[in-house]
Amino acid sequence: MSTNTDYLLVIEDLTVSFDGFKAVSDLNFYVDHKELRVVIGPNGAGKTTLLDLICGKTKATSGSIKFKGQELTKLPEHRIVWAGVGRKFQTPSIYDALTVWENLEVSYPQGKHVLGALFFKRTAEVKRKIEEVAESIFLTDLLDTEAGLLSHGQKQWLEIGMLLIQDPELLMLDEPVAGMSVREREQTAELLNRIAKGRSVIVIEHDMKFVEAIAHKVTVLHQGKILAEGDMKTVQNDPRVIEVYLGH
Amino acid sequence: MTNVLSLILGKRGLGGVLIMAALILVVLPTLMDIDQLNLAGRFLAFAFVAVGLVLSWGYGGVLSLGQGIFFGIGGYAMAMFLKLEASDPESTSIQTTPGIPDFMDWNQITSLPWFWEPFYSLTFTIIAILVLPALFAWIIGTAMFKRRVSGVYFAIITQAIVVILTILIIGQQGLTGGVNGITDLRTLKGWDIRTDEALFILYYVNAFLLIGAVLLGMWILSTKYGRILIAMRDREDRVRFSGYDVANFKVFVFCVAALLSGIGGAMFTLQVGFMSPSIIGIVPSIEFVIFAAVGGRLSLLGAVYGALIVSYLRTTVAEAYPQLWLFVIGGVFIAVVMFAPYGLAGLYNKYVKKHIDGVLSRFAKPKTAPTKASTESTEASQ
Repeated sequence: MSTNTDYLLVIEDLTVSFDGFKAVSDLNFYVDHKELRVVIGPNGAGKTTLLDLICGKTKATSGSIKFKGQELTKLPEHRIVWAGVGRKFQTPSIYDALTVWENLEVSYPQGKHVLGALFFKRTAEVKRKIEEVAESIFLTDLLDTEAGLLSHGQKQWLEIGMLLIQDPELLMLDEPVAGMSVREREQTAELLNRIAKGRSVIVIEHDMKFVEAIAHKVTVLHQGKILAEGDMKTVQNDPRVIEVYLGH
Repeated sequence: MTNVLSLILGKRGLGGVLIMAALILVVLPTLMDIDQLNLAGRFLAFAFVAVGLVLSWGYGGVLSLGQGIFFGIGGYAMAMFLKLEASDPESTSIQTTPGIPDFMDWNQITSLPWFWEPFYSLTFTIIAILVLPALFAWIIGTAMFKRRVSGVYFAIITQAIVVILTILIIGQQGLTGGVNGITDLRTLKGWDIRTDEALFILYYVNAFLLIGAVLLGMWILSTKYGRILIAMRDREDRVRFSGYDVANFKVFVFCVAALLSGIGGAMFTLQVGFMSPSIIGIVPSIEFVIFAAVGGRLSLLGAVYGALIVSYLRTTVAEAYPQLWLFVIGGVFIAVVMFAPYGLAGLYNKYVKKHIDGVLSRFAKPKTAPTKASTESTEASQ
């Protein structure tokens, strides 16, 4: 039915209702190849729910989510990951009891079955990849540190690294700079601009300064629907957006 | 927690295995007469279940309160084979129907039930001991974990299954031996398993298999699977988004625990000479968990010590004050949960290990250069 096969991600007529409350309602949303899209909107606009729907954490009531032409709404979470969708959660979701190295190893895109994991070998390729990712997320010196001991910002980076090593075509980040210091924010913005080069990225963010630093295109959600969409300038000057979101 | 893990996986972990091996292969057989050794052997048969629980519960977060199911399947499979061998037409000639187990005759059963037939074969029996518990665990695990039933609900369901199993066994007296179980087992392929010599050999078979089980557990924990197990226990939802089908990973560890329990059950039957519902019911199933908890649910070796210590405590208390035992074991469990969540292994790591390490390093110093010692410790922590 979808004609928009040129897009990487095609969401059409997507609705999810929780006991009658429509958190996302008849949403149409398209993400292009290698695009960095920022989703903003007031609390309860359905931003996180949108990511939950794409990655399979929440099942849609109706509508379709097509990723590279493949319907995601019927797939279990791990299959969606295999298809090439990575998700970073709002609060850092890492494995506290494992070291940084092991966190990245568990995220490595091989050995995803029971037997594969049992006979997974730390080959030179695995080590190279892990060290490469660790460097890009500024954690090279902390590879052997238990992840639970990292600072909040470092945990956020580690989770981004865990996604990077999966090498997804679509990367979804839910408030990646929340709780970070100014310096960490700058580093993260730089990191995101760097990793967005080879892939598509959807970012949810409240920090407008950060949004300005990274956004190509902004989507404003309000009450489960798209209020406005376009480049930063258009959106910032849209009177409706100013009223519901930017104005206060 | 990774410290505990690295302790097990590091070189010192193997040292721990050697100490345990020395204890159960040399020290106990030297100090004990054959009756005492046989008692220790029974307790070490329970240790298989505890080792399995360390993997599934301690590392994987899959708490089963029904490991008696698998201990029972292994134990009953072994007992059925031995019972058939003990029931040859000659020795059962006084029965109405000679050639079938005595309890069947008492229950007016005149021919051997179909599911007993294959247990004439020792090969089939051994395969059944190794496959049936894991197969049953696979069915339970798949049914539960694919539907994302976990935690307390899973524990309660496993407990319900063990209750159903014991009621079934007790109710079908003619087919299973009922509440008395399958008793009066004598020979294994003509070899009398009741002699002192046989008990001695069986003790050693059990001990070697148990060391094998601990090594298998260590190997599993040393792989990437082991790290996923920990990840799954702490953040099950996140593991899905690392691209793993969580259900399959849980089913596997549950099957491994079941396999080990089944072997333990078979070794128990061989050493005791009978199998009955009272050994696999709800109370023993919970005791298995307490073995693992007391020993330390993150320590495979701790599970072995836990099984030994709690079982000896049981024998001592139950002999003197039989009614008191359930209160004692309940108290022990509460005490462990409140004061030593990682059991004896946790206490050892917290209070004793540093002293032993200190002594060891004093011994090691003249031999190795200090730089080498430091590289070794970083290796162990990886």
